[in-house]
Amino acid sequence: MKVLEVINLEKSFGGVKAVDDVSFFIEQGETFGIIGPNGAGKTTLFNLISGIYTPDNGKIIFKGKDITGFMPYKLSHIGIARTFQNMRLFGSLTVLENILSAVLSKRPYNIFQAVFRTNGYTKGEKNAYNMARELIDFFGLNEKADYPANSLSYGEQRRLELARALATGPSLMLIDEPGAGMNPKEIGDLASMIKTIKDKFSVTIAIIEHQMNLIMNISDRIMAMDFGEVITTSTPQEVKKDKRVIEAYLGEELD
Amino acid sequence: MEQISYILQQVVNGIQLGAVYALIALGYTMVYGVLRLINFAHGDVFMLGAFVAYFLISKFGLPVYLVFILTMVSCALVGYVIEKVAYKPLRDAPKISLLITAVGVSLFLEYFLSLKALFTPNYIPFPRPFEIETYDLSFFVITNVQLLIFIITFISLFILYLLIYKTRYGIAMRAVSYDKETASLMGVGIDGIISFTFIIGASLAGVGGILYGIAYPQINVFMGIMPGIKSFIAAVLGGIGIIHGAVVGGLIIGLCEVFVSAFLSSTFRDGVIFIILFAVLLFRPMGIFGKRIEKV
Amino acid sequence: MRFLKESKQFLVVAFIIYVILKALFVFGVASSYIQQIVQYAVIIALTSIGLNIIYGFTGQFSLGHAAFYGIGAYTSAYLTKVLGIDSLFSYIPVLMACSVISGLIGFLIGIPILKLKDDFLAIATLGFGTLVRVFFDNSDKISDVLGGSRGFVGIPKITNLELVLFFTLFIIVITRHMINSRFGLFWRCIKDDELAASSIGINTANMKLMAFTYGCMLAGFGGAFYANLYTFLHPSNFDILKSIDFLIIVIIGGMGNIVGTILASFIWVGFIEGLRIILPSEVLDIRWVVIPILLIFIMMWRPYGIMAKKTK
Repeated sequence: MKVLEVINLEKSFGGVKAVDDVSFFIEQGETFGIIGPNGAGKTTLFNLISGIYTPDNGKIIFKGKDITGFMPYKLSHIGIARTFQNMRLFGSLTVLENILSAVLSKRPYNIFQAVFRTNGYTKGEKNAYNMARELIDFFGLNEKADYPANSLSYGEQRRLELARALATGPSLMLIDEPGAGMNPKEIGDLASMIKTIKDKFSVTIAIIEHQMNLIMNISDRIMAMDFGEVITTSTPQEVKKDKRVIEAYLGEELD
Repeated sequence: MEQISYILQQVVNGIQLGAVYALIALGYTMVYGVLRLINFAHGDVFMLGAFVAYFLISKFGLPVYLVFILTMVSCALVGYVIEKVAYKPLRDAPKISLLITAVGVSLFLEYFLSLKALFTPNYIPFPRPFEIETYDLSFFVITNVQLLIFIITFISLFILYLLIYKTRYGIAMRAVSYDKETASLMGVGIDGIISFTFIIGASLAGVGGILYGIAYPQINVFMGIMPGIKSFIAAVLGGIGIIHGAVVGGLIIGLCEVFVSAFLSSTFRDGVIFIILFAVLLFRPMGIFGKRIEKV
Repeated sequence: MRFLKESKQFLVVAFIIYVILKALFVFGVASSYIQQIVQYAVIIALTSIGLNIIYGFTGQFSLGHAAFYGIGAYTSAYLTKVLGIDSLFSYIPVLMACSVISGLIGFLIGIPILKLKDDFLAIATLGFGTLVRVFFDNSDKISDVLGGSRGFVGIPKITNLELVLFFTLFIIVITRHMINSRFGLFWRCIKDDELAASSIGINTANMKLMAFTYGCMLAGFGGAFYANLYTFLHPSNFDILKSIDFLIIVIIGGMGNIVGTILASFIWVGFIEGLRIILPSEVLDIRWVVIPILLIFIMMWRPYGIMAKKTK
């Protein structure tokens, strides 16, 4: 089943076409990699899918439903989660609170239950707390659970962002350059972590990444972009050999 | 026929008021352009202009042209000092801190001058430096005061235009309002340009204060609040950060105010201005001349 | 009872303070002026807590809080005077009405303007506050009893220490319950990073509106108590300076800190009134010069520490 279908998507900013007639689909359960030089429109694409931008033209279909133009919070409830290139944690909140906020976004109790501290509230909070602790445990953040997010190391923060995204129980996760700033060992850990996430949480993953060994390793298929357009969508081996992709990264072919 | 005459008269009156608002609005818009700051204290510089002029005329009996020059210099100095002392130290602080400081400066100026030892909170009559003459143009009348306002405003705008578009400082100022960091990497002395912006804006506000005092000769230490807010609304209406926007916005607000007063009632006068503000913020926040901003 | 369980410690301390105050009042140690000031401080605390929810927790900079305080005040003044309310029992519905009206107006204003960012929200709330003040100044054109710029006189005196203190404690318990739940958590998420908050499923527009409306409701309560305490209202009590008072209290007390706001309210009221007692009347006006200077110094001293909101 196609979890995501993007059809003729277009987005311009002040005359510059950031996303130019982009079409692709993602099968359920696959890991879909997106590569391309800086400014190719990859993050803009994620912003469009996650509802932060509204496309000028085109359609986005999620699990058969047209979600074009939906607001970010609604898409989160439907089952799309994302991480950000520059990381957007709630810095002054603790690790636990960061994850709790994502779990509680499912709204397990209403305001009256909260104000009057009913059983519905207590149960909702307890379940959310347990779920959050499970995730903290899975991502190895137990020691830092009560520390503010901005006191964590870079690697820990990246893990926290992944944990928070997973806490919303998504079917599709958009991961934006998780390997940025990591050394080879950390990238290796990241690769196995993403594989484990897929197995344990049964999510479909779309990942933007510049670290070629990482993305080639874990992706089932890869889409290469440049100047807002799709160059090719194929298996990692094919994409690696594609002349146009090489050109996009290295500039004009040398004679 | 009489109706047309009456309307034309209101137009003249509206331009008179609008010209003053335009002068003040320019200061708001230029400072916002370079600093992304709403200088809440700007309306009080306008007030200071009126008071300095009052002081110079009534205590020293100076001739009008000298009063203009000295007032402009004083206001420019005040603008410069405010920026250096209150805003510069907070340039990298969160926006809110700057906003609150600006409010603090504004209140300080007002309440300091309202002390009984100084000017008191009372209304003070502004001395007319010359006799009023009215010229009957059959369709409407125009006074020499109004002519003075039109001429001075026009001259000020012309000089401003030369400064902004024909001098190095002006080009630098526009560069800074586009992109502060890149401008500084290009060798533009940011501090100097910011000071320059404040000095120009404050001088214009000072001129506005004098003209206002001549036209509506009752001054008061709190007189800057409402014109300040209205001029800011004018700047937003025209497109915040855009020079010609401030002028057009000022004229529109002045005309609106006079027309509402003349045809509805003076009670709703201020209310209408705020309704304009809400309408702009909700439906066209970039203003008349502004470009659409996409959220990131 | 389970409702009060979480706030047990706080309520015990509050009750002890009440007993002490009551003793001071009853045995004539505190003059009626002091009694009034204490009640006023509680009213200010209640109203400031409202602004703390709006700004301290959710990060929405409002320069018009005094307008909602004033709406509550004038509504209560009008209803209690015109309907001849004198008993506590018949006052309760009036109190509720004031809060609902302030909250409703806050809600309606909030729908459009809470979309604006920092400086423009500041101007919009400032503009609204000025508009309300102008309305009060011209209110006698609507109904003569409202007094316009002459002021509203002859409001029945209903507020007393028990009423204002116990009611405020009740509101504080409710507020704490909201803060220590997903609502308070969402508010803090929005303040830290609104975009991220919406990406994880928080309906930020609704949450911002909820915080704003709730804060305005508390201001409505505060205004009502104020009107029935001082029995006289003047439009100048509800201008930008008053909005800044509330803002200063929230900042000094610590954004997102309820107990801090309460302490700051008492300190602030004590400071202002204390100056009134200490300074001879000629020098009294210096207060209003000192306050802005103080404000500027606080900003210089702790631009980051007190302001936790990041600029992106």
